Amino acid sequence: MAISKMRKVALPSLLAAGGLIAAACGSSGSSGSTATTSAPAGVSIGFFGALTGPNAQLGINIDDGVKLAVQQYNANATVKVSLVNLDSQGDPSQAPQLAQKAISDKLVALVGPAFSGESLVADPILEQGQIVNVTPSATNPALATKGWKFWHRIVGNDNAQGPAGAEFIVKKLGDTKVAVIDDQSAYGQGIANIVRQTIPTLGGQVVTSQSVDPNTPDYSSTVNAIQSSGATAVYYGGYYDAAGRLLKQLRDAGYKGAFVSDDGSLDPKLISTAGSTESANTYATCACGDVSGTPAGAAFVKAYQSAFNTAPGTYSAEGYDAANVILAAIKAGNTTSTAINSYINSHSYTGITKTITFTSTGDIKGGGIYVYQTSGAGFKSLGLVSNLVG
Amino acid sequence: MHNFVSQIWPSIVDGTTTGAIYALMALGYTLVYGVLRLINFAHSEVFMVGTFASLFTLHALHINYAPGGIEAIAVFAAITIAAMTASGLVAVGVEYVAYRPLRKRNSSSLANLISAIGMSFFLQEVFALRYGRDLIPFPRILQKNVLFHIGNAEVRSDMVLVVASALVMMFILDRFVNGTRLGRGIRAVAQDASTAVLMGVNIDRVITLTFLLGGVMAGVAAMLYGTFYEVTQYNIGFVIGIKGFTAAVLGGIGNIRGALVGGFALGLIETFGGAIFNAQWIDVVAFSVLVLVLLFRPTGILGESLQRARA
Repeated sequence: MAISKMRKVALPSLLAAGGLIAAACGSSGSSGSTATTSAPAGVSIGFFGALTGPNAQLGINIDDGVKLAVQQYNANATVKVSLVNLDSQGDPSQAPQLAQKAISDKLVALVGPAFSGESLVADPILEQGQIVNVTPSATNPALATKGWKFWHRIVGNDNAQGPAGAEFIVKKLGDTKVAVIDDQSAYGQGIANIVRQTIPTLGGQVVTSQSVDPNTPDYSSTVNAIQSSGATAVYYGGYYDAAGRLLKQLRDAGYKGAFVSDDGSLDPKLISTAGSTESANTYATCACGDVSGTPAGAAFVKAYQSAFNTAPGTYSAEGYDAANVILAAIKAGNTTSTAINSYINSHSYTGITKTITFTSTGDIKGGGIYVYQTSGAGFKSLGLVSNLVG
Repeated sequence: MHNFVSQIWPSIVDGTTTGAIYALMALGYTLVYGVLRLINFAHSEVFMVGTFASLFTLHALHINYAPGGIEAIAVFAAITIAAMTASGLVAVGVEYVAYRPLRKRNSSSLANLISAIGMSFFLQEVFALRYGRDLIPFPRILQKNVLFHIGNAEVRSDMVLVVASALVMMFILDRFVNGTRLGRGIRAVAQDASTAVLMGVNIDRVITLTFLLGGVMAGVAAMLYGTFYEVTQYNIGFVIGIKGFTAAVLGGIGNIRGALVGGFALGLIETFGGAIFNAQWIDVVAFSVLVLVLLFRPTGILGESLQRARA
């Protein structure tokens, strides 16, 4: 996702940029630690992320989710867990020293680092110190390529949307003739290219492949190409403004098939641009989940509300799940970092956002990508793509 | 390639429709160039203001549906008049604020160019700050029914509206410039400004009239654009302005009928370029054709400029 367009899903580049601002502002909060929950003869886990500074809200959302998980765990646990906050202010330059502190404090595991920028500098140190770290929110694909053994991620990365979109079209919608369109941006074209590669491996066929200029008003030649290709589904890699105009012109030309896009299009503006009738049979994928639909998720929302007097924010549920992955390992009798690591690598955990199984690189299996469908003037979650395609 | 064959008729229909809008825009560039030897780069914002004027008229009339019968005619008359008035006034205003003071001081054409770009930014930013930078949707005021088929191409009501309105406006403009006393003034200034002044032509009034005519044409283009594409934005004029300017050069800048030919030619080149190659090649194809045409006919397809047009 491009830096220029802010979406509700926090992005690594955006976060890293915010970190620089945090450094420039020199926020007052020192990077000290605060023990919020203490228990004798227990183990300590940490939260690593911004709790002060310009991007603090995201860190606070995650930290509150983690706090709730620890409180619920300690209510009936034999081995008590205490939580240590490592406030990075979202600033990569603070991250190495905090990672060292995690080692010297003998933390067994961390939720975080929250942002991709700080992850890139802190994770090698955590790897050396053999501290399990589970990030609920750092989505930069490169993090999975470093060969880190103690690093885990429970959200889909930026590259996972392509395969998820392709699977959704071919396996769930059952459309095998797909037109793949992109807006020539690094983000949109990147995802669309992955869709182009994935569709043939699933037994589908890319019947036409086009790159449009997102600033041009008229997409008639692209619409004609899609219509004459006999495509029954269109994938668009890009942002909602051009997606909305393309969708409108497709529908005006009589195209009735599915229109599937990425989180750049997951915005009500897509529907207002295309028109509400034109937006039928339209979907968008996102790493962001909506948990309120399940009983477990609804219980979390209620507990969170009563504990913090506010509704869960972006990545609160992911923070809760990341902490519970670690706590499940501790509950099973693992109190050292290496034992926790091998436990979570070999066991699935059913969280409120998704079932969490890690691949050998530490990324979540199945990509952890959700799909949303247009509904009225907004989008409603259909759930995880991996669940929908079975 | 079998795909291309099935795209021939749709490409002709779509190219004609977008070409009609390009042609209306091209007229504004061509008229001003013919009289002042000046490219009015603020013309794209004249268009943009027209789209907003027709949108606000719809809001003021509380039209968020496709009206029928008499009401439809009244609504289209209202938004057309609103867009023509707004665009015409902005065009005249731009001339009055950005060009006339420079002309009175005999400044260079480069100063005029910068002044035009400044006006363009000014108008864009005013609208961006006032109405935001996101796309603003139009209500659907014309049901996009398929009226008839040409080959395998569907011809919708909105396409017929765009092409028919554009042709009517261009016919009226052509008759006005070539058949009325005021039009004779425009042609006289275009042919030889100083002699025209000696003959008693009020040059300032002729220039105002020229900008007004170009603005009115852009207003009609804006109304049609709003009805056809159903969106607007503070910078909506940028791309359409570039295309209109390109169409004017392609047809022969300064030539009113050249603008018509250039507009339709550019529209068709674009849709065929997209059909034969791919959407990302549209601009490459369009500008390659432009360069080729200018290599062999440096004055554009029709070449003949306004000042040497038939009297």
